[in-house]
Amino acid sequence: MTHEEIMEKLTEIFRDVFDDEEICLSDDTTANDIDGWESLEHINLVEAVEHEFGMKFRMQEVSGMKNVGEMARIVRSRITDTPEKKKRGLFRR
Amino acid sequence: MIPELQYPFDSNELLKKRRKLKKALLEDGTQRIKKRIAVLGGSTTNDIVSMLELFLLQEGIEPAFYQSEYAQYWQDAMFDPPELTTFQPELIFIHTSQRNITEAPLPLNSSEETVQAALERQMSHFTQMWEHLAERYHCPVIQNNFELPSYRLLGNRDAYDCHGMVWFVSELNRRFAVYAASHTDFYLHDIHYLSARYGLDAWSDPSYWYLYKYSLCVPAIPEFAYSLTRIIRSIYGKTKKVLALDLDNTLWGGVIGDDGQEGIVIGQETAEAEAFTEMQEYCKSLGQLGVLLTVCSKNDRENALLGLNHPDSVLHENDFVFMAANWEPKDQNLTKTAEALSLLPESFVFVDDNPAEREIVSVQLPGVAAPPFASPAECIRVLDGAGYFEAALFSEADTKRMDMYRANIQRTHMEKSYASYTEYLLGLEMQAEIQDFTALALPRIVQLTNKSNQFNLTTRRYTQSEMAQIAASDKYIRLYGRLKDKFGDNGIVSVVIGEIAGKTLHMELWLMSCRVLKRHMEYAMLDELIAQCRRRSMETICGYYYQTDKNHMVRELYRDFGFTLKEQFENGDSTWVLDIGDYTPKNHVIHVNQTEKEHTGNDT
Repeated sequence: MTHEEIMEKLTEIFRDVFDDEEICLSDDTTANDIDGWESLEHINLVEAVEHEFGMKFRMQEVSGMKNVGEMARIVRSRITDTPEKKKRGLFRR
Repeated sequence: MIPELQYPFDSNELLKKRRKLKKALLEDGTQRIKKRIAVLGGSTTNDIVSMLELFLLQEGIEPAFYQSEYAQYWQDAMFDPPELTTFQPELIFIHTSQRNITEAPLPLNSSEETVQAALERQMSHFTQMWEHLAERYHCPVIQNNFELPSYRLLGNRDAYDCHGMVWFVSELNRRFAVYAASHTDFYLHDIHYLSARYGLDAWSDPSYWYLYKYSLCVPAIPEFAYSLTRIIRSIYGKTKKVLALDLDNTLWGGVIGDDGQEGIVIGQETAEAEAFTEMQEYCKSLGQLGVLLTVCSKNDRENALLGLNHPDSVLHENDFVFMAANWEPKDQNLTKTAEALSLLPESFVFVDDNPAEREIVSVQLPGVAAPPFASPAECIRVLDGAGYFEAALFSEADTKRMDMYRANIQRTHMEKSYASYTEYLLGLEMQAEIQDFTALALPRIVQLTNKSNQFNLTTRRYTQSEMAQIAASDKYIRLYGRLKDKFGDNGIVSVVIGEIAGKTLHMELWLMSCRVLKRHMEYAMLDELIAQCRRRSMETICGYYYQTDKNHMVRELYRDFGFTLKEQFENGDSTWVLDIGDYTPKNHVIHVNQTEKEHTGNDT
């Protein structure tokens, strides 16, 4: 998956999580640029991204990412390296 | 109603789209009851609250929340912070977990007495809190029991050695269960079961604790919130009552009309037959718990009966209160069934293997639950996981409900053979017991009060402790009414509460079960109420009608009672007055309070 494709998918996720169809992401987008992106909402965002791409952020990455571009780069490295598919039983569809 | 929130749901979608879903729920025009819910957390509760909010809105409950500061559950519960006191919670949920166990594990060399003492200390940490909350807020309290630990220092020995954490948690959970079983208005949220069902490894993924101080993994939060919703909706009387079952390929394999009695799959002979047999057993057990079973099948009636008369069939014709076996559209059959039982379609769960039938029912009757499933085994799991019939308040009457509805249908047959309606009513040989609340009757009074929607003038809901307070106060005139006739005992079917203000009685509650509509029971209740008022030399009664989208049938009830309309409001509400002096008794068909001794003390 290219960086651009990942950014496109991230845009959809952001739009869902923040319920705002106007959101357009660039590499430089940070929490300051998006209404409602604070620590509580960040949890849901991280969850949604992990679920969409079937990967996991490392703990230090969750709070350490400086912008969306970095998020996309981490996603890309994780899914091309070792796809860590999560398996969580019955409720995980 | 939002399809995405129907069980089984996609947890990830709910977490991702919760803002959109909340907006959609709030804009759908549903009338909801408002409830103030305090969430006292021993770990982070934010997403739990936001998911709970979605599920409650879906159930017709609009919550306002109080959330304690991070992990301050005990302080909030014990020291009455002004924010919580002024919030006046109507329900309190305490969110604790493994992470809040403070007295264990103990060093391996601790004596058994030391361990027991630690267990008692841990337990009383919670009981103190429950007692304080009950006394202070008089409202239902729900608390989680404990999930099992995510690792076991002693391995398998952890389960039976008193130094093991598995042992400690199991003991604590057992004590929680004993407390819950012996206290009204305390409800246990069984996350011990829920976490096991979800998968403990995933549930207790510690990264969620390290990162966000969540005691369970975020993807499990929708399941958690839904499970909690099951308890809350049952407290507020929003559980389902009827299981409407398709026959072909739902209760047995094959099509009875094509395959004949010997051709359908049921019994113990094949794997598939066993699955259908277990499905029938599950439904039969629900029936024994008081869920009403009905048939909703596209079949000739004779063929439907042929299937149910199969020697291996677990369910028989008399397990069903109503059979709709014909070729009409199923939504229409469900509507007819609901009318025959005097229930609303929204109290129905419709089980059909055919997605097209589920679709037409969901579209035509959005309140009916029509869960999807692919096999009989999955069907049991879905019905069970959805918890449609979960009863936090379980009264003995539930188990007899089937007989009561059957007796009702017999009464309908009899009605047709009488020349006049009054003659029919007299022929029923009705006897009523109408009296002040008793401790024995209280659970049923609370249950009936919280689930009556149609014949209900004010639709006020009460918790067990609120009702107990009213029962103990001299500011009220209270009556419950129970009705029997020659076909059977209907149990407690009517509740009336009036608040005394000088010479006037203000009717706070007037409700009746729709099972006994048009039996003049409401007149018998009114006669008795007036008699009680006269004994206290009261002069007037004020009646209130608060309109909801379900109680239109009683809009004119007070007029029928002989009250005068005092005020009519734009929203449909109205107030009424009656001068007691002019009143002449209205009931001439029910014998009141003449029951022989055989029934005293026997409460159903």
